Amino acid sequence: MAAAARWGKRLGGLAIVFLGVTFIIYLAVFALPGDPIRAFAGDRPLSESVVSALRAKYHLDDPLWRQYLDYLLGLFQGDLGQSFSGRPVAEQLANRWPVTVVLALTAWVLEIVFGLGLGVVAALKRGSLIDHGLLALTVLASCVPVFVLGVLSQQFFGVELGWLPVAGVRDGWPLSYILPASVIAVFGLSAVSRLMRGAMVENLEADYVRTVRAHGFGEGRIVGLHVMRNSLIPASTYLATDLGYLLGGSVIIEGIFNLPGVGNLLFDSIRAHEGPTVVGIATALIVVFLLTSVLVDALHALLDPRVRRG
Amino acid sequence: MARPGPTGPATAQPTRRGGWQRLRRDWTFVGPAGLIVLLLAVAAIPGLFAGFFGHGDPRACDLHSSQLGPRSGHPFGFDLQGCDVWANVVYGTQSSIAVGLLATAISGTIAVVLGTLAGFNGGWADWLISRLTEVFLGFPFLLAAIVVLNSIGQRTVLTVAVVLGLFGWPTMARLVRASVRQVRSLDYVLAARTMGLGTWRIVTRYVLANGLTPVLILATISIGTVIVAESSLTYLGIGLAPPAISWGLQIADGSRYFQTAPHMIVFPSLFLSLTVLSIIMLGEALRAAFDPKRLQ
Repeated sequence: MAAAARWGKRLGGLAIVFLGVTFIIYLAVFALPGDPIRAFAGDRPLSESVVSALRAKYHLDDPLWRQYLDYLLGLFQGDLGQSFSGRPVAEQLANRWPVTVVLALTAWVLEIVFGLGLGVVAALKRGSLIDHGLLALTVLASCVPVFVLGVLSQQFFGVELGWLPVAGVRDGWPLSYILPASVIAVFGLSAVSRLMRGAMVENLEADYVRTVRAHGFGEGRIVGLHVMRNSLIPASTYLATDLGYLLGGSVIIEGIFNLPGVGNLLFDSIRAHEGPTVVGIATALIVVFLLTSVLVDALHALLDPRVRRG
Repeated sequence: MARPGPTGPATAQPTRRGGWQRLRRDWTFVGPAGLIVLLLAVAAIPGLFAGFFGHGDPRACDLHSSQLGPRSGHPFGFDLQGCDVWANVVYGTQSSIAVGLLATAISGTIAVVLGTLAGFNGGWADWLISRLTEVFLGFPFLLAAIVVLNSIGQRTVLTVAVVLGLFGWPTMARLVRASVRQVRSLDYVLAARTMGLGTWRIVTRYVLANGLTPVLILATISIGTVIVAESSLTYLGIGLAPPAISWGLQIADGSRYFQTAPHMIVFPSLFLSLTVLSIIMLGEALRAAFDPKRLQ
């Protein structure tokens, strides 16, 4: 009963956040200066009648709240709207999202494998070369902006050494994705390994570990079964949240490596004043983001009995 | 977020002085702090530092020198237009630091006002501000900034800083709210109230004075985040634009000529990374010294 009430409240909060975010994005896209029809036409002169027909077609002369309501109504019927160039936004998204999903999952797997692995090794061998290397990586990841890392690695591994494709997705997975995914993963990887290391160090010194050890269990079993399981909570919470961000696509990385993903589409649409596309993508991203946050809560409850009991 | 417990600010009070004393001997604090003082000096009077090697004018360019590498008098070489890279990197410090400080001042002010309103009053103000915070946390910071900046024609240090400041406050506001709530119910606030002090005086003199330390630490780190955001946006062509001098612009230029003139991208990247590194390390050193949770 209490759990049902809590989830009800949680979902109510999500609905408010969803409405608020979509409304602000809508305002930012349609209320700020810049005439979308003029931007769409580019340098070609448009006759008055064409302009007014276009404005009528996209309801640009309606008051803003009316436009937003129309948009929401369409949304509940599964319609993400149509771009000014006449393509359904849902179709544009469906074309671009696979690239972003593959990129995000590649980066995510790198974060899990290397982040958790490095964190565990660093915690077990404190003061070792790997431990210090991890600290250096954390420092690097926190101070070198992702676009600098992207540009430098693209130029070095792609152009200078020629090991990996410089840009585009023509070489398919994994070749085309290794470099951009690694650049994206560096930041999350260092966070995951730091969280894992911290939790492991704390747990290795906990009383219950001493008890288990006193019972005569082997070190492998202690670390593998008890310490690691209990230490997974902070890292897995971070990983789940991060997946939400990753699936939103990286405007910067997709731009640098010219990957035709959601982030790239979003950036191009913003530059081209393609309001409907921008709002549509932003809405889809927010839904993904909110769903992951629910997932994080569920995961948290699953891993940590204290949270479950509230 | 709010975790009232035995390690509330009441116990943090005596450790504060101890924190400063430890900090002065800690190289992880003194190192970055020294670098930041130097960078602030560079940002304030770039002319003095730019002329260090004898060619201090970032706009004195000679196409004959285009892309030439480092040489005497020009330790960082020349860029595409034949301008001295050292002078440009030095002048670029100014834009980055200015945007970082200004945006953080704006977002910090919003965060303190909203966070205090929510944390001190509770009730519907708290509900409204908390939901607003969640809404602003709900979409990526960079995306919101791109959408707004794209519709602003004239992008200057001021406009970029205002936009980044307007979207950068939610995390800080949460922290202010949490620490105000923590302090609000302490005995000395109750004592001040029974003595008949007004709400304004209680909030400014007692609640904020004791609840602001964690926010100041986060604000320090936020300066670094803003500097990264500014250079990223500028790199994408949606932040500062020429004739402004900015590391983001220099890196964008340099990325096209990496093979022929790597110095064009390496030096601004290095300065950018060092600046962000020293700011973040300073924030971490402050956190380590003042965070009661770590003192246990």
